[in-house]
Parts: sequence; C-alpha cells; structure tokens
Amino acid sequence: MDAVLGQLFAGLSLGSVLLLAALGLALTFGQMGVINMAHGEFMMAGAYTAYVAQNVIADAGVALILAIPLGFVVGGVMGVVLEATLIRRMYLRPLDTLLVTWGVALILQQVARDVFGAPNVDVRAPSWLSGSVDLGITQVPAARLFILGLAVVAVTGLALVLTKTALGRRIRAVVQNRDLAETAGVSTRATDRLTFFIGSGLAGIAGVALTLLGSTGPTLGSNYIVDAFLVVVAGGVGQIKGTVIAAFGLGLLQAGIEYSTTASLAKVAVFALVVVFLQARPQGIFSVRTRSLA
Amino acid sequence: MLELRDVHIGYGRTTVVHGVRLDVPVGGVVAVMGHNGAGKTTLLRAAAGLLRPTSGSVLLDGEDVTRLRPHERVRRGVAYVPQGQQCFPQLTVRDNLRVVADVNGGGRKAISEVLDRFPALPPLLARRAGLLSGGQRQQLAIARALVTRPRLIILDEPTEGIQPSVVAEIEQTISTLATDMAVLLVEQHIGFALGAAGAYYLMEAGRISATGTGGAAAARDVRAAMAI
Repeated sequence: MDAVLGQLFAGLSLGSVLLLAALGLALTFGQMGVINMAHGEFMMAGAYTAYVAQNVIADAGVALILAIPLGFVVGGVMGVVLEATLIRRMYLRPLDTLLVTWGVALILQQVARDVFGAPNVDVRAPSWLSGSVDLGITQVPAARLFILGLAVVAVTGLALVLTKTALGRRIRAVVQNRDLAETAGVSTRATDRLTFFIGSGLAGIAGVALTLLGSTGPTLGSNYIVDAFLVVVAGGVGQIKGTVIAAFGLGLLQAGIEYSTTASLAKVAVFALVVVFLQARPQGIFSVRTRSLA
Repeated sequence: MLELRDVHIGYGRTTVVHGVRLDVPVGGVVAVMGHNGAGKTTLLRAAAGLLRPTSGSVLLDGEDVTRLRPHERVRRGVAYVPQGQQCFPQLTVRDNLRVVADVNGGGRKAISEVLDRFPALPPLLARRAGLLSGGQRQQLAIARALVTRPRLIILDEPTEGIQPSVVAEIEQTISTLATDMAVLLVEQHIGFALGAAGAYYLMEAGRISATGTGGAAAARDVRAAMAI
C-alpha cells in the first residue's frame, strides 16, 4: 500500500513539475499561438535567479521565497524583450518563430555558460524543505510537496487573472478575435506584451521550483521544453484546464509505468500513448466550442 | 466629421479601392451601396483603421488619423461593427461588454445604458456569446460598439443573415442611433438604408459611381443603377 501511495505521490509531483513548466506555454503557445522554443531558457533564467538570490542572501529560505517573484520578473522581462524585438514581427509565421526562438534558446544557453560557467551549480534547499513530511498514510519529500503547492498557487492565480480581472478579459478577447478587440478599443500590442510577460514569468517561477529537484545548468530548461509542449497539446490548445489535467495525467501515467519498468521506458511509453491519443482526438482533451464549431 | 480623401486601398499588389472621397457630417447618416466585391467593406475597414490606405488620407474632425491604429480611433469616438455578427465567442455576453467598458471607461453605467436599448440581451448576460443566435450576436455587436459612447458608428451589413423578425428590430435600433450620432452604413436592404440616410454613395469596382441625397427617390435611382 505504501508503495502505491508513494508512486501516486511521485506521479502528482511529476505532474506539478510538468504543470509549472507548461503553464506559461499554455498562455504563449496555447492562447497566442507562438511556438517559443526559448521558453525553457526562461525557466533556466528563473533557476539561476534562485542561485544568485542565494549568493546574495545568506538565509536559504528567505532567498528561495524572494526568488519566486524575482524569477517571475526576470522570466517576464526576457519574454517581453523577445516579443518586442523578434516575435512581434512573426505572428503570422509560426515556422519562422520556431527557428528564431530556437536560435535565441541556444544564445541564452551560451550566455548562461559565459556568466555562470559550464558546470552545473547547486541551490541549497532551506532546512524546512530538506526532510520528509508525514501525511499519515505516507511520507513525502517536503521539497516536492512545496512544488505541488506552488503549482496549485500558480494555476489558481493564472485562472483568477484570466477569468476575474480586466486584464484577463482583455487577453481572452485578443486571443479570440484580434481585429474585433482593436476596434473595441483594446491595444492588442500592449496586451500581447503583457500576456507574454505573464507566460514567460511563469516559466521563471518553474525554474525556481526546479532548483529544489536538482542542480542548475544552462540546459536545464531545454530538458523540459518538449514535455511542456506535449502537455499543452494533449490538454487542448487554448485550454488552461486541459493543461492542468494533461500535466497530472501524464505525470501519473509516467510514474505508474515507471513502477513496473524503467524511467526511460516509461517516457517512451508516455510519448507513444500521447501520439495514439492525439490520433484519436487531435484537439486534445478539451477543445474550444462555439455554436459554429460545435 | 469623417472624411476620406482620395483613398486608395489594396491587398498586396491588388488595389481594390481607387481614389474614393467620402464625407460623413456630424450627426449625419451616410449609406454606401454597391454589389458584392465593389469595395464597400474594404472602405469601412480603412475608416475603422483595420486597413491602411496605400495613398490618400482619413480625417476625423479635421485631424489626419490615417496612421492611427483602430483602438486609437475608438478613443476619438469611432465605433465599428464588422460584417458577420462578430463577437468574442468564449466570453459571456456580460464580459463581451465589460471588456469594452474596461478600456474605454464608463463602467457599469455605460453597459446598463446600452442594455436598455436591447431588451433581448439582459436575460443572456451569463451565456457565452458563441452560443447566441445570429440575431442575438448582432445585437450584442451593436451594443458592444455603443459601450464606447461613439460619435460615429460604422456598420457593415448589420442585417445580413439575420431572420426577418430581428431585422426589423435592428433597423429600428439603427434609426434611433441616427438621432444621437453619425452613422456610416453599408446595407443590402436598399429601401431601409436610403430611407434612413441623408446621403448615399454608390460603389462599383472600387470607385464611387454615383452620389446623392437619401430618400425614396434615391432608392429608385440606386435600384436602377444596380439593376435589381
């Protein structure tokens, strides 16, 4: 029983990591349709933000907590710069965007190597995240529980922004009909930039969280970029709730298969299952439905 | 209020509007008539700022707004209701109106004033706009434009594809609007359009082929010119 519960938590934990990695993409790719291959490098920037914060602030706990909003701002600013300088010119050319942002990703990795060195660096987990937490039925690593909580806060915050605020209404309006939004008085360029800031900022937060699971290096983000796209596509492009379900679904699936096989085999199996799923349901778990599309 | 001066508009290398001059006076109603493909919608999109003329200029109260983006023209009192009952389909009817009120000011008061004109909409406020009928969507589209409290409303075929009972309601609403603001209207129902309009422009192949004042006599002339 303990093993099953342990594996179940491992799946939820993996799902929360995937969700954090994919949540920003759900905005920039899912809502705006931008294939940003540098999204992983925004995660890497968030991770290095945590590393820098820890070098400046001696208390690892305070440094980590501060690194979360700092990582959001660093990722967000990088996203805005990328959007304003390159992506804005390519909104109708997705393949160009893919190639250009891939190039930007390589440049950012090299910048990280030049600034922080090629070897990976470690971010110390604060003492209150070092051990395990006894949940009564099973023991779980505190760091993974923290990431799960962070993912829940991030997705709840994003959902509230999108559904309850004027900015959220503006973002959804621009996504659904750009020309109509412009003629309704919405500055679509400013909205694009804000959307990219939030999406890229979420990648920064994901990067901070990843420092609790392993060392930080220039290729940290690129290890997650394919999984993140997979989550958004499987969940249904443009659907935040689909992203949440897909992230936890894939996390649980991978942990379940891993239990009786190996991590590599589980990853291959999950990829294969997603491909089969998308053959049967190309629109993903959820699709946008209107009277005309129903 | 709105002047188009020698406006040429094209898509790529193809010019579809050639040297059009058009005036919409303050508080006036102007109808643009013509067959499909004559360039009417292209002209209206340029007036709203969605297309930039290749040459010529668009003036608003004497100010050259040719290079202003659509949302900047909205701030100067221009509202645009495009063809095809367009809405934000995944937003509720309420949020379709709030997104406009958010950026243009006016808040709930502006929405409430507009809803008074469209009694069909208040019961539908919580419904997603994509699930409305064509007539309801068109009423929402006009309501959304009115939330900006415009001085000029540009309407592109507002009764197209709408069931006849709702067409009468929309025509009534447009007639009422004409007492509060200038109206630039493209409409296939010649009798209604020219009955409401103080002036008309007839377009053929991207050019103005005839102009005149509105009224029943004009409707006869336009029908004859369009050979309907």
